[in-house]
Amino acid sequence: MEYRFDDKARYSKTHEWVRMDGEEAVVGITDYAQNKLSDVVFTDLPVVGKELKKETAFMVIESVKAAEDVFAPVSGAVTSRNEKLVKAPELVNKDPFGDGWLVRVRLSNAKELDSLMDLAAYKKFVETL
Amino acid sequence: MSFIPNTDADRAHMLEAVGVASTAELFHDVPKEHRFPRLDLPTALSEQEVLSELEELSRLNAGGPQTPSFLGAGAYHHFVPAVVDAVVSRSEFATAYTPYQPEISQGTLQAIFEYQSMIARLTGMEVSNASHYDGATATAEAVIMALNVAQKEKKRVILSPTVHPQYRAVVRTYTQGMGLTITGDESRANGFDQLASLCDESTACVVVQYPDFLGRIAEPRTISTLADRVHSCGALLIVIANPIALGLLVPPGEMGADVVAGEGQALGNHLSFGGPYLGFFAFRRDHMRRSSGRIAGETVDHDGRRSYVFTLSTREQHIRREKATSNICTNQSLNALTAAVYLSALGPRGLRQVAELCWHKAHYAASQIVGLAGYTVEPGEFFHEFVVRCPRPVGRINGRLYEKHGIVGGYDLSQEYPEMKDAMLLCCTEVTTKAQIDKLVRGLEDCRHA
Amino acid sequence: MREPLIFEISRKGREGVSLPRCDVPQTQIPSSLCRSELALPEVSEVDVARHYVRLSQLNYSVDTGFYPLGSCTMKYNPKANDAAARLPGFAELHPLQDPSTSQGALTLMHSLQTMIGEIGGFHAVSLQPSAGAHGELTGILIMRKYHDEHGHTRRTRILVPDSAHGTNPASTAMAGLEAVEIPSDARGNIDIARLKANLDERVAGLMLTNPNTLGLFEENLLEVTHLVHEAGGLVYGDGANFNAILGVAKPGTMGIDVMHFNLHKTFSTPHGGGGPGAGAVGVTKELADYLPGPIVEQEGGKRFGWRMPARSIGRIKSFHGNFGILVRAYAYIRMLGPDGLRAVAENAVLNANYLQARLKDVYPVPHGDRTCMHEFVAQGKLAAAPDIRALDISKRLIDYGFHPPTNYFPLIVPEALMIEPTETESVETMDAFVDALLKIAKEASHEPELLHEAPHCSPVRRLDEVKAARELKVTAG
Repeated sequence: MEYRFDDKARYSKTHEWVRMDGEEAVVGITDYAQNKLSDVVFTDLPVVGKELKKETAFMVIESVKAAEDVFAPVSGAVTSRNEKLVKAPELVNKDPFGDGWLVRVRLSNAKELDSLMDLAAYKKFVETL
Repeated sequence: MSFIPNTDADRAHMLEAVGVASTAELFHDVPKEHRFPRLDLPTALSEQEVLSELEELSRLNAGGPQTPSFLGAGAYHHFVPAVVDAVVSRSEFATAYTPYQPEISQGTLQAIFEYQSMIARLTGMEVSNASHYDGATATAEAVIMALNVAQKEKKRVILSPTVHPQYRAVVRTYTQGMGLTITGDESRANGFDQLASLCDESTACVVVQYPDFLGRIAEPRTISTLADRVHSCGALLIVIANPIALGLLVPPGEMGADVVAGEGQALGNHLSFGGPYLGFFAFRRDHMRRSSGRIAGETVDHDGRRSYVFTLSTREQHIRREKATSNICTNQSLNALTAAVYLSALGPRGLRQVAELCWHKAHYAASQIVGLAGYTVEPGEFFHEFVVRCPRPVGRINGRLYEKHGIVGGYDLSQEYPEMKDAMLLCCTEVTTKAQIDKLVRGLEDCRHA
Repeated sequence: MREPLIFEISRKGREGVSLPRCDVPQTQIPSSLCRSELALPEVSEVDVARHYVRLSQLNYSVDTGFYPLGSCTMKYNPKANDAAARLPGFAELHPLQDPSTSQGALTLMHSLQTMIGEIGGFHAVSLQPSAGAHGELTGILIMRKYHDEHGHTRRTRILVPDSAHGTNPASTAMAGLEAVEIPSDARGNIDIARLKANLDERVAGLMLTNPNTLGLFEENLLEVTHLVHEAGGLVYGDGANFNAILGVAKPGTMGIDVMHFNLHKTFSTPHGGGGPGAGAVGVTKELADYLPGPIVEQEGGKRFGWRMPARSIGRIKSFHGNFGILVRAYAYIRMLGPDGLRAVAENAVLNANYLQARLKDVYPVPHGDRTCMHEFVAQGKLAAAPDIRALDISKRLIDYGFHPPTNYFPLIVPEALMIEPTETESVETMDAFVDALLKIAKEASHEPELLHEAPHCSPVRRLDEVKAARELKVTAG
């Protein structure tokens, strides 16, 4: 199975990715994760302002056959959410690293990025699964 | 008779294929000392004997068309048109399973979709699920849904004291492990004003009944006012309703209710000594993802044909497991189908007519009892049940009513509200005749000194 | 042929039922209380009859054919049961009638309580729960209250095997307890080492389905229940698979403290398209006071009445339980008798082993080396056709006139096909089922599109479930 990756992102063991965009971090789930979920039908996005805590579940993504928790890869406050997903949840499947992003976060502790996997490490991790 | 088609010869053939000498060998994993115990049960009877025995047993129960009955209190004797039983006893409906393979279950699925649609329209709500077990568990599930909507951060639940006592008991049983404060029903005197004042930011929901357990109908605008107050606290208003009454009365959906639920037995389901019944459950679309119970949805098949399938299954136990909105699996599918057929057969005019007949019969009965010395009818607008204050304990009156007059009297309210000594809840439906009511009145008069 | 919605058949002015005229003086109904409109269908009785009869013809059912759904026990539903439930003395009986005028119903319920207790090896039984999951919630609340009253406030965990039905952890969560998953070992039993590691003073109990959802009898059953008891916990028995050991073993004597029975599975009451069922709960003497109530008890002489158990968890449902279903279960037990009940399990287990023997060379059966009980789990995986999945095989079975087995459960077996024939199937039916599956295996390698595009012959073909979940159209119009 050939998975897509993003070389600018860092990755969690629970298949979320983080990418810095200026001062903010953009968060989503990886291609591996969307493939396992299959067709996404609903994303339970958090409210703007919600405080995320690293490794704590902050929302649920639903497909026809599963409802999976999404765990925050970093801590911080949600500054915006991808409203496009309300009408088009399938963007998570089509473009998980681009148009399928979930939330933007103002980091409370930039050091947390260091404990995430880089592209090479995540690729290796996915191979073991 | 075990309904086992295979003969000893068939079994011998199969044993050979499996490679064992006897069926007993297949149970080698069962601990030897516990294997093949003696069952102290009566020996098998033929079908003829069983039915004969059960016929005898059934005759030990009073009831049926010869015995006028004025019992309601959550289960109602209504006329079931013959077409209802004819349809629901079809084995394609009765012996089918839950429609997990929608391609070969469109009968069940479309019928459930139609049922959901009818319940939504009847209650004035946006959507309905495919049913809960009964009115009591539907009430408990409504409370749990309110807790989920509040993301489990609110721990206060307010119950009106005139919600059916059994429903309030089931809410308490269901939620005993959740650390909730359940209040409001400590005093029967607590009306909407008291409930409104009890509602605060830590309240998840307020539950009222319409008509209430004592038969009374609240003015729609008082429920709307309560809804406003409840919503201002960020809570949900749950209204438990009588589905026959909804054929006539303003539906709670037009008064700001967030959930309308209740007992659907009256919609074509027989009394059957308490079950199987039907918990109908209608709610706002916004809350669909927090709702429990199955929901049928419309879609298309591979060839573009309109068809139906259970949807939003990811809320349910078989996928979400411990994070499910409820644990419900089997529901009351056949009873929901029954309700749909009943509502189709009656239509809007027929249902309204049934409700009006209930109204007129009950009001006639009340008008006759009002004139009886020793009896008073409690004031207030009612649908088809009302409270009668009696000159003697209701148990004594009912005993004599049955022994001497062959009438099953109303419900003894002292069992539910200790301060309502000598109070009876009397119910009339469209099957109650004038002759039966007049007989009751004569009987009550006779029971004055019971 | 598509059947329109009843709303589409509706025509203004049509009526389906005639009602009697009002025979009492009428009372003014305040217009402020009345609704203005009600959009229910307006159809004639012939429309009602035709619409629903045609809908019924779109359904597959036990009375249509073989329905090998694992853990559902789709056995034949004897019609005598239905005749019994329809008797007017039962069907028209109001639940709140004084016990003196409902002795027939109370007698039946008391007998059924006793018989189920005897069959399962339990001291006391409640017939109030409406379904299996309802019984599970009941059982866990009983365990919780028991611990609570004995001061064991730290006991908040319920151990649940990874093969368990989703209702197990869901019921646990509803009761406010924490579900902790225990893995299965290579032979399909509970992993004893992992069980022991989790048995501490936080454990309220273990939920056990036996035989489990792999169709296997727990080989270390007595040790498992003993270990849990030693650690101060209780054992809950999920009776969904009780058909395998009906009359063969009594769970109450093997360490199960509280158990639910699915009357709509083991005791032949019809499934109704998804209910109603009934989930009777049996308990040991120690837990008898905690049962939900009221239950039926014998008072002085031969009279029966209601009693609320002394430490009851409370009422779990309105009125008494699904009496109409209880009548059916009672009739069934009376028609079978003790020998008949045991024959059920013997034949159910033989039938399942027969299917397993005939299929396991073509479809992998992970635990095919063990004797299965009333069901077994095969995998929809064919070496010669790696693109074919359990779903495709199931959909193609429909074209052969069979209802597919349970798919994708238990979760611990990938591409699971859980097959339970039950005892009411003949050897010819089972042979035809095997033949179909063998043909499908061949089709999988030679004509896989037949499977991918299946079913071809059903009233509708594969449905777009994604569209259903995205659009959420759940009411008409």
